[in-house]
Amino acid sequence: MSATTAPETPPQQHGKPTKRPGDVLFRGLSTASAFSILLILAGVAIFLVSEALPVFGADPAEVTGGEGFVSYVWPLIFGTLVASLIAMVVATPVAVGIALFVSHYAPKRLGTAIGFVIDLLAAVPSVVFGMWGFQVFAPRLVPFFTWLSDNLGFLPFFETASRTGRTILTASLVLAVMILPIITAVSREVFLQTPRLHEEAALALGATQWEMIRTAVLPFGKPGVIGGTMLGLGRALGETMAVAIILSPGVFTWNLIDSGNITVPAEIALNFPEAAGLRLSELIAAGLVLFGITLGVNLLARWVVNRRAEFSGAN
Amino acid sequence: MSKRIDVKNLDIYYGAFHAVKNVSMTIEPRSVTAFIGPSGCGKSTVLRTLNRMHEVIPGAYTTGEVLMDDKNLYAKDTDPVDVRRQVGMVFQRPNPFPTMSIRENVLAGVTLNSKRLSKSAADELAEQSLRGANLWTEVKDRLDRPGSGLSGGQQQRLCIARAIAVQPEVILMDEPCSALDPISTLAIEDLINELKSDYTVVIVTHNMQQAARVSDRTGFFNLEATGMPGELVEMDDTQKIFSNPSKPATEDYISGRFG
Repeated sequence: MSATTAPETPPQQHGKPTKRPGDVLFRGLSTASAFSILLILAGVAIFLVSEALPVFGADPAEVTGGEGFVSYVWPLIFGTLVASLIAMVVATPVAVGIALFVSHYAPKRLGTAIGFVIDLLAAVPSVVFGMWGFQVFAPRLVPFFTWLSDNLGFLPFFETASRTGRTILTASLVLAVMILPIITAVSREVFLQTPRLHEEAALALGATQWEMIRTAVLPFGKPGVIGGTMLGLGRALGETMAVAIILSPGVFTWNLIDSGNITVPAEIALNFPEAAGLRLSELIAAGLVLFGITLGVNLLARWVVNRRAEFSGAN
Repeated sequence: MSKRIDVKNLDIYYGAFHAVKNVSMTIEPRSVTAFIGPSGCGKSTVLRTLNRMHEVIPGAYTTGEVLMDDKNLYAKDTDPVDVRRQVGMVFQRPNPFPTMSIRENVLAGVTLNSKRLSKSAADELAEQSLRGANLWTEVKDRLDRPGSGLSGGQQQRLCIARAIAVQPEVILMDEPCSALDPISTLAIEDLINELKSDYTVVIVTHNMQQAARVSDRTGFFNLEATGMPGELVEMDDTQKIFSNPSKPATEDYISGRFG
């Protein structure tokens, strides 16, 4: 913004700077690390594209479903997105609430204890969540689903209720529990970093505790919360075991509380062992589409965060 | 606007630590009162009790009375939030909200107090407050730019505009110029002079020349030794404090013999 005038000529170099072995070594190591991640990513992308290619040139009648790849893959994508979005919508407000409680409301000791419990939740393997969802959570949800279909049955989402509870909504709620810790942890960290000065500025203007949080803490933490949510969404999009165990899969349906629908990762996990030839290509192509979606979501999140970078307080 | 403050037998604690003992003083309306004294003597702490900002630090509490026009700010039924709406504060380091534009910063307090303002009324209030803080001409073409893009001195004046936008009775300033260059400091000092026609101003400063320049009355705080509570040594007209103080400790401090 300010008009700084650049020097007319670059400053003169006074000999070569001394090269210290430690610097050279460290620079080499960090450069190698940076490039290795690019290599790995490129490797995965090449694998996905080359293995998926046959399916795009194949006769539509030979693809599962008999109507080509697009009509095969879109119900999978739909299931994945619906499950992840429900999980995100359910988990984010709860996570932000927990994070605010821990950072700004709870007495220090209680806050630390709750933070620890949340971190423990992150350590539970997804297959355990899957078994818990299947055995414990799904049957308990059945009365709730029945109530939904009795009272809101006129909506396409709640037409008929499952009697096992193994539905896409159950899977979504379990996903919400699974992504809760990461969103909470990231949000808590950024909330704790709100400058004391800004909090006091709000309080000194006559803000109540909640108004102070709304004026100083939440705007400051917003990019972090978005980041945490995207990490959670990424996990939900890719989560395999829990969904594969809980969901009783089936063809596409708008109904969220009966068996039906399937997500991309679960579809791959359930069919990969027996797949060969074109079927294998289909699954890999589905993985490629998911890869593209995850990439898109991350770019979107970055754009959202950077859009108001000037107002972020980082300058 | 502008009220008189009476402090009676105020003791201030941080948990078990007795920070300031037995302060009694009167702060006149429509005047500038300066608190001076060495570091750690409790002058900022006393300042922060005048709008109940002291108690936002965990474990901090006070005993005694602070009366604003005979109403005790520390009475049981007094809400600290209401106190802070009447007693504005400007901090040592400029702290505009980084996520808000200049205009939003000025109006932050007003929107908090959940008054619904029409756009024209809000524009008018923003302009009036920024004019009151001598900042209007510098920022009028970039009201939607972030407040953090201004210079330090401008940011501090933005904070003053934010404080006066809610039309408080009293404005507290906690070393408002200590992070600023001399020219910005001069701008703030001029502004303090103008503010006293409408508000009661209390300023903490490390800079004795500044206290001499801007204040009508000066209170000198001191502490006997590190770890002991600070206390108000004497308070008098600024001219008297700097020419003929009644306590030897004050004389020593202002003549630079210690502190």
